[in-house]
Amino acid sequence: MRLVTQVGEWFDRRLQLAAPIREVTEHRVPRNTASWWYVFGSAALTVFLLQIVTGILLAMIYVPSAGEAWSSLQSLNHDVALGWFIRAMHGWGSNFMVAIVLIHMVQVFLFGAYKFPRELTWIIGVFLLLMTLGMAFSGQVLRFDQDAYWGLGIGASIASRVPIIGPAAVKLMLGGPIIAGATLSRFFALHVFVIPGMLIGFAGLHLLMVLKLGINEWPMPGRVVRRSTYADEYHELTKTDGAPFVPYAVWKDLFFAAFILLAVAACAYYFGPFGPTGRPDPTVIQTAPKPDYFFLWLYALLSLLPPSMETPALLIGPVVAIAGLVLLPFLSGEGEKSWRRRPIAVLTVLLIAIILGTFTHLSGFTPWSPHMNAWSSDPIPERNLHGSTALQRQGALVFQVKQCRNCHSLGEVGGQRGPALDTVAVRLTADQLIRQVIQGGGNMPAYGKNLSPAETTALVAFLETLHPAGQAPARDASQDAVLGEGQPESPRAQP
Amino acid sequence: MSNENVLSRRGVLMKVGILFNALVASALGVPIVGFLLSSITRGRQNGYLSWVPLGSVNEFPEGETRLATFRNPFVSPTDGKTVDTACWVRRVEAEKFQVFAVNCAHLGCPVRWFPQSGLFMCPCHGGAYYRDGSRASGPPERGLFEYPYKVENGLVTIQAGELPTPGASAALLQKKPPCAS
Repeated sequence: MRLVTQVGEWFDRRLQLAAPIREVTEHRVPRNTASWWYVFGSAALTVFLLQIVTGILLAMIYVPSAGEAWSSLQSLNHDVALGWFIRAMHGWGSNFMVAIVLIHMVQVFLFGAYKFPRELTWIIGVFLLLMTLGMAFSGQVLRFDQDAYWGLGIGASIASRVPIIGPAAVKLMLGGPIIAGATLSRFFALHVFVIPGMLIGFAGLHLLMVLKLGINEWPMPGRVVRRSTYADEYHELTKTDGAPFVPYAVWKDLFFAAFILLAVAACAYYFGPFGPTGRPDPTVIQTAPKPDYFFLWLYALLSLLPPSMETPALLIGPVVAIAGLVLLPFLSGEGEKSWRRRPIAVLTVLLIAIILGTFTHLSGFTPWSPHMNAWSSDPIPERNLHGSTALQRQGALVFQVKQCRNCHSLGEVGGQRGPALDTVAVRLTADQLIRQVIQGGGNMPAYGKNLSPAETTALVAFLETLHPAGQAPARDASQDAVLGEGQPESPRAQP
Repeated sequence: MSNENVLSRRGVLMKVGILFNALVASALGVPIVGFLLSSITRGRQNGYLSWVPLGSVNEFPEGETRLATFRNPFVSPTDGKTVDTACWVRRVEAEKFQVFAVNCAHLGCPVRWFPQSGLFMCPCHGGAYYRDGSRASGPPERGLFEYPYKVENGLVTIQAGELPTPGASAALLQKKPPCAS
């Protein structure tokens, strides 16, 4: 034991770290911050450390070359002992890190911790969030498969929309004129050197400020932050109702960190690694690329925005969002901290959570995308053909062959891009159906050039049968008045 | 010599040292920035675009649209399969062609041709185009990107080399929006 003390003293005489470490561990924190709500920051740091360790392990096998990256991932999955597990830990660690950073941010926001004097801690936190998202995107690129390849194309398409410098930004991003070897190499440099280096630096600053300024006290309704008095009040609080950080508060951080690591490992073990999906071969176009979980909401947003809104939303939206987050502590740097007295803050969080949740949910079944094989794999329901005439059956054939079902469903099978057609005859008259088929409109392509008059006649004859049993199809009453009742029911072609 | 003089002499030397470092840093910055921007500067001289053959005219039946592949003219050793590119070739009649990029004019996903309905459809965000490449429906703001082509010695040749993107399609023919929609 004496030897251990002597060795320790030998080192400390040279390093002189014992005193500052003691100061950090023994600094007093308000008692009520020893809460389970205060564990997310340290959990994010823990997962980041896990990402560094698993990332270094993966880099020992991974080859950042467009020609070999995919094969090296396959080899990690199948040949290298426990390679699949390390990949799975890194992938799940990434999901956990994004989630925990977001939860941490919401907690900090609702607890008013961004207010004076912790404005800069918040701003650096905003950059840490952006870097975490940057790591998530660049990590998806390094998993160099079909999704990564076409995801880069989407990134390039977005970058190209920046006025004036767009084309140059694309070449800078891709490292050349197309998505190729240079693209993967520069994303490797970003993912492995640039962003992690910045993350380490900024996380260090973030942590240093938490120590220097003290952890945010538990927000009490009515305890208002004022620049002139806050420092004294906080000092008084730690004196009268404080306790040393170690061990009073740290044990919860330790427990939660271990729990999160276990959770990442459990997910990795049960669900396994992410991909890679198909080989990144641009000549294989039978693919429907999708981003990773945390960018799914963006995927949905880009499908649902009107075309004219898209470029402004893509280019101005992020600037406004980031500026809003950065300016937040300056706009409300004082006042109430408690969420109980900040209803708009709570509603904002709920609104954003519901929007992101809805978009993420929608992108799970992509109602905006045509079902690329609905026409060949989903037959017309039998009840729609029962007792039909030869012309109507011919129309059903046209309906199937012309791939109407890629966008329209019958019997709840088929695409959801356009409206379901089970009762279309109730909504549209024969003439309206002809017009809609031939001219399109309302987001439907015009089929005028692609259907012969005979095909159109047959198709509309079939569509006219699509109405509930007890309900008559729509008809044009004015036509009856002009032409007299009892006119032939077959649809007329437009002049 | 007074203390102040010694200090100011050191001070001057320090300032000269800082200036010297600033000069060296900006001199070194030239090659560093030049290296970083090389992918842009090379493109400026139109170094990326060249004519590549797609195949014999006879491989493309009249009135039909077929998928063709070509190797990107600009290749580096680590590119692997990524330099193989696909495009849709529509032979309108005789020597009249249209060669479309597979990349959707919305955000670049690969569009697929459906001869039965006569539409190109995009699996990502639901863009659709007519057989002549013009926009039919969905989020794209324009028609499909077209490569300039020529027919020489019975070979269909296109000018390619850059990823077509909505903002960077200067080299590719801009399609007018369809009047009927």
